[in-house]
Amino acid sequence: MTSPRAALTLTSPEATCALARRLATRLSPGDVLLLSGGIGAGKTHFARCLIHALQDPPEDVPSPTFTLVQVYDTVAGELWHADLYRLSDPDQCEELGLADAFETAICLVEWPDRLEDLAPADALSLSFDAGAAEDSRALTIDWSDARWDTIVPELTT
Amino acid sequence: MPDPIILGLESSCDDTAAAVLRGREILSSVVMGQTELHAAFGGVVPEIAARAHAEKLDLAVEQALAEADLPLSGIDAIAVTAGPGLIGGVLSGVMLAKGLAAGLGKPLVGVNHLAGHALTPRLTDGLAYPYLMLLVSGGHCQFLIVRGAQDFTRLGGTIDDAPGEAFDKTARLLGLPQPGGPSVESAAKGADESRFRFPRPLLDREGCDLSFSGLKTALLRMRDKLVAAQGGLHEADRADLCAGFQAAVRDVLAEKTRRALALYLDEAPAVPAFAIAGGVAANGAIRGALETLCAERGVTFTAPPLRLCTDNAAMIAYAGGELLAEGETSDMALSARPRWPLDRAAAPLLGSGKKGAKA
Repeated sequence: MTSPRAALTLTSPEATCALARRLATRLSPGDVLLLSGGIGAGKTHFARCLIHALQDPPEDVPSPTFTLVQVYDTVAGELWHADLYRLSDPDQCEELGLADAFETAICLVEWPDRLEDLAPADALSLSFDAGAAEDSRALTIDWSDARWDTIVPELTT
Repeated sequence: MPDPIILGLESSCDDTAAAVLRGREILSSVVMGQTELHAAFGGVVPEIAARAHAEKLDLAVEQALAEADLPLSGIDAIAVTAGPGLIGGVLSGVMLAKGLAAGLGKPLVGVNHLAGHALTPRLTDGLAYPYLMLLVSGGHCQFLIVRGAQDFTRLGGTIDDAPGEAFDKTARLLGLPQPGGPSVESAAKGADESRFRFPRPLLDREGCDLSFSGLKTALLRMRDKLVAAQGGLHEADRADLCAGFQAAVRDVLAEKTRRALALYLDEAPAVPAFAIAGGVAANGAIRGALETLCAERGVTFTAPPLRLCTDNAAMIAYAGGELLAEGETSDMALSARPRWPLDRAAAPLLGSGKKGAKA
C-alpha cells in the first residue's frame, strides 16, 4: 500500500508560518510531526510559528539545537519541540523521554531520521526542501494514519 | 562580618556543576561534563539523560567541598538553579538543594539560570549597576540592562537563531569541524569578506532585535551556486564564505549594540559599562568591533572568561549570594521552572515579525 502524500510550494517564510498556524489548530496530545530537511530548510521556523499559535500568551521559542528538547504548555496541551541532530543512537532518544512524550504530548521532531524505528507509525512527516525561487520552499507531506486524511487536504487548499 | 560561604548547584542543561564561593572569591568550581562522568562510573552514561544529573550532582558537591577544603557544615547557604532549563535536570538540582538546606538548617536560594549569567560580570569584574549586557548562552541572545540582582530590562534579542548556533551551522554547511566559532574564524583569516554579499538581517528595522537564521539560507545558496558552477568548493571559496558570513554577524551585532548602548547611556549611568558573555566574545572580529564601539562611547568593555560564561555553578552561587544579601530566600515550596524570563514585562520575540495566532 502506498502512503498518501501531498506536495506544495511555500512561496515565503510568511506562507510557511500561515500553514503552521492552520495545522496547529488541528493538533492534540499524541500527535507527532516529523520535520525533515537540511540546515536552513525552514524546520525551526515552521515549528516556532506552530508553537506561537498555541501559546497564550506567546513566549520565546528558542531553537532546541543546544538543549535537544524544549517543552511548552500550550492551549492544546503539552508540546515537545526536539532537535535530534546531535544524537547518534535511538537509545538516546529513549533517554530523552521521547517515546513517552509521543503518547502524551504534541511532538515536533527535527532530524527525525535519528529515531530509526522509534518513529511512530501514525506520525505526520513534513519534508522541507529549497524551492526554485530565493525564499520559497518545497514541502512534501506524507502519512499513513487515516487521522490525517481529512486534515492535510484542508491545509493545502 | 565576613561574606557568607555559598554552595551553588547548576543542572539545567547537560553540564552538572557545583561551586563554593565566599563573596566574589571562588573557592572551588566543579563542572562535570561527559569525561568526568565516564571516570566516575567506569562506563558510558548518556550525557543527555536527565537522571544523570541526579547521579552526578552529589559527586560534584563532594568534589567542590573537597577542593574548597570545607566540610558541608561550613556552608552558610545553598543556591540552586530553579530554571529555566530542562525540567528533569533542574528538578534534580532543586531536590538536592532542598535536602541539603533542610538537613543543615541553612537558607535555600532559588536562582534564575539566566540571572546567573547576567550577574557574572559583577563576579568577575565587580561591575556597578546598571550595566549593559549582551548575553549569549545556549539558544539565547539578548541585550539586557542589569539594574539589580532581580531587576533586568530586555532591550531586544534574537528572534530566531543565536549567533553561536549560526556559526555552528555555517561550519556544518561548509564541512568545517564543530564548534563552529573557532573553525569559521580561523578559515576566515586573511580571506576576502567582500566577495560574497551576505544580508544584514533586521538592520532596516528599529530597535535591538536580532536575526541570524537568514544567513544560513544565504550561505546555502552561495555554496550551491559555486558547487554547481565549478563542481565543488575551492579552499579559497570556503574561506571567503566564512569571512563574508562572519562580517555579517559582526556588523549586525555591532549595529544593534550601538543602538542598545544609546538607550543605556540615555539613562546616564554613573560608571558606564558593557559586558558580553558567551562564546562569541572569543571571536576576534566581533570582539574588536564591540571594543571599538565602547571606546568611542566612553564605556568600559568587559568579557568574563569563557569558563565562567559557559554553564557553571560559581555564577549561581554568586547570584544566590546577592539574593541572600537582599533577604530573598526560598522555602521548601521552591519549584523547578522550565521557562523563566528575566524580564517579564518585555514582549516575547516572535519569529518573522509576525504576531501570534491570537493576535
